[in-house]
Amino acid sequence: MTDSSFQTGTQVGDETDSQTGLMLAADGTPLKRSLARALRRQKVRALLLIAPLLLFVMLTFIAPIADMLFRSVENQIVSETLPRTVAKLDEWDADTGVEPGIETFEALYVDLFVAAERKLHTRLGTRLNYEMTGVSSLFRKTGRRLDDFGEVYEDQFNALNAAWKDPKTWVALLAAPGWTTAQADWAKTKKGAEPAFELRPGVAMMLPRTAEAYSEFAKFIQEVDQDSPTDEDPWTLVHTALYMDLTTPGAAYSGPMPDLIAEARTAAVNFTKFDLKQGFLDADKDWADPQVWATIKTYAPKYTPGYFLNAADMQLTPDGIEARPENEQIYGLLFKRTIFMSITITLSCIMLGYPVAWLLANLPMRTANLLMILVLLPFWTSLLVRTSAWKVMLQQQGVINDVLVWLHIVSDDSRLIMINNQFGTIVAMTHILLPFMILPLYSVMQTIQPTYLRAAKSLGATNWTAFWRVYFPQSVPGIGAGSILVFILAIGYYITPEIVGGTTGTFISNRIAYHISSSLNWGLGAALGAILLAAVLILYWAYDKIVGIDNVKLG
Amino acid sequence: MSGLPPYATTGQRIWYYAFRVICGLIFFFLIAPIVVVMPLSFNAQDFFTFTPEMLRLDPEGYSLKHYRDFFETSDWQAAMWNSLKIAPMATFLSVSFGTLAAIGLSSEHVPFRRAIMAILISPMIVPLIISAAGMYFFYSRIGLQGTYLGVVLAHAVLGIPFVIITVTATLVGFDRSLTRASANMGANPVTTFFRVQMPLIMPGVISGALFAFITSFDEVVVVLFVGSAGQKTLPWQMFIGLREQISPTILAVATMLVAISICLLTVVELLRRRSERLRGLSPG
Repeated sequence: MTDSSFQTGTQVGDETDSQTGLMLAADGTPLKRSLARALRRQKVRALLLIAPLLLFVMLTFIAPIADMLFRSVENQIVSETLPRTVAKLDEWDADTGVEPGIETFEALYVDLFVAAERKLHTRLGTRLNYEMTGVSSLFRKTGRRLDDFGEVYEDQFNALNAAWKDPKTWVALLAAPGWTTAQADWAKTKKGAEPAFELRPGVAMMLPRTAEAYSEFAKFIQEVDQDSPTDEDPWTLVHTALYMDLTTPGAAYSGPMPDLIAEARTAAVNFTKFDLKQGFLDADKDWADPQVWATIKTYAPKYTPGYFLNAADMQLTPDGIEARPENEQIYGLLFKRTIFMSITITLSCIMLGYPVAWLLANLPMRTANLLMILVLLPFWTSLLVRTSAWKVMLQQQGVINDVLVWLHIVSDDSRLIMINNQFGTIVAMTHILLPFMILPLYSVMQTIQPTYLRAAKSLGATNWTAFWRVYFPQSVPGIGAGSILVFILAIGYYITPEIVGGTTGTFISNRIAYHISSSLNWGLGAALGAILLAAVLILYWAYDKIVGIDNVKLG
Repeated sequence: MSGLPPYATTGQRIWYYAFRVICGLIFFFLIAPIVVVMPLSFNAQDFFTFTPEMLRLDPEGYSLKHYRDFFETSDWQAAMWNSLKIAPMATFLSVSFGTLAAIGLSSEHVPFRRAIMAILISPMIVPLIISAAGMYFFYSRIGLQGTYLGVVLAHAVLGIPFVIITVTATLVGFDRSLTRASANMGANPVTTFFRVQMPLIMPGVISGALFAFITSFDEVVVVLFVGSAGQKTLPWQMFIGLREQISPTILAVATMLVAISICLLTVVELLRRRSERLRGLSPG
């Protein structure tokens, strides 16, 4: 049942409806409804047949691509690793030219302490290092020193009262009674997971910093160390937090062990102080540099155009978007080179493919089929075989150089350098992609009537005019199809440039692979990939408009 | 081009022969690298080039040592078995999903046909490095990175466009009245599919399968990212061989792969002719 017959059917139904009532199908339902139902059933059946594959492709292919696109803008690492610092930096103005106040340093101390215990600070350092060189070592150096910051307080609390040395004291002060009983029950059997730590209600009001620091500590001990907070001495971070809570006026304390707290509160006033800010500056003087803080602030949002700007040789600075320094501009060059080389490869494919396709289209079928094997064999041969063959051919001790030396065209000590440069990549890739040019050209040329050429010649055209004015224009669709195909394939090539391209003959793909497997700058790799993908999709769309995806033929 | 007319001028004669020489050179360019690899794989030395003994056709210059290397090195053997495990599974997946979908797509009333087609063909169009990067990110999230299943799924999806294209191409010439006739005679859709439709589109399915197989068997970029050392395939091992430790064993492997390609090419060509004969078109 085709669309047109379906419509005629409806019209017939309508006509009879107005004259003699409804036209009925064999089972007594109105024909119109019956046909509509049949059509719907066909649609559903077709979709059901397609659905498994569509789902499969969506899950195994489209989702990964979407994930890559997401990663090219995703930037949660800063706000997840330094949540308190980022919140404090919100109020800070980078234009003041001075580093932020002591409160931000306090927030950074907590954030960085937790991150360093979880060994996340180096990852964050690496991330921010893409934007500002030196941040990575700044984070690493500071991470090593953080533990010492609070030691002063730990020693003084312990000297004041031996109870502070006992992990149980801290639990009694800070843990919810319900949790303490649940934990004690669990500790008898050690079966299953330990109940997650809970803060005593109200303690967050009375000792806010201590409660926060201690719950971070408990979470870490339970999740990462797989231990119990009841058996572990708290971090020096907790001691520092307690000192700060006790020395700043706040809500009156009304929890357990009021004597211990009261004693500590009195003593804390005379404790030896540790200057946090000075501690950071001693670890690395770069913390006084407002530029560092500005970078953290600039990259605090969860999503960033930073990677894309980076891929376009620009950077997001606190003052806005600006071009990278001249010597760091590599991607523009790389994109230009990729496009230039892809165009060169496409042009050489046209040059070499056109005569061959013409010959194949004009020879008797039997001979053409035999010669076609010479085109199809490389097409079917493994890409790595062809690439290794070109390595064998092109290298300095390779076949071509040997032949040239043997023919005395070049001397033995001046063998040509044909590999690990652009020449090598262009030659090898032209060879690899040539069948993709010949096949569409051939199928178009087969449809061109030879009589047109003869007619042109009998009307007085020279061979050249007949070809250029009559034959060539008819073969242009083939050139178009082949060129787009070759260009799409060339622009994203990875293996061949990697093996025969050296440093000057590599493509943007090689850089993407480098960022994903070696430099681990996944975001930048993803952004470069997204740009390449956009270019290819535009070409794909053009190909679909000109040739139609349905018309892709293989072999 | 049916020979030269008797009245051709000298210039035309020169051009006629020059053109053939040019085409000959291009064919030579196409085939030479593949042909050169073969004799070199029998080199008795560990060189990537012809030794004087080989040029003198001295039997001393030739040996099977690189082939022995291939069959005796555990790395190469493991790689071969990995390839032989992954490719058939990937092919099976792409062919079974792909054939069903191609049949669905060939029916006349498919909503969003163009969009669906574009999605299904996209694995062939998107550069491999991008697919590889995306799969690396996504498969690590869901724990498939570095597993056989991950590599098989990735290769299956790369093979799907080929199955879709070849099977839809056979279905274009499929006479729908045959299925109607079969239904008319009381066959249910399943019987119709297996007894009437399947035998007719079989050539397309098989050549799609061969394309899918060769795609997986020859694929290196995606497996480099999605696989781990345990899933090292033959192309991966060749890639390492080419990039790091240049060993002539690669040439032996290459020669064997060329032999396999020749077999596959022959099968696909025979199938194409059979399919055209079945559809009543003259083979060509």
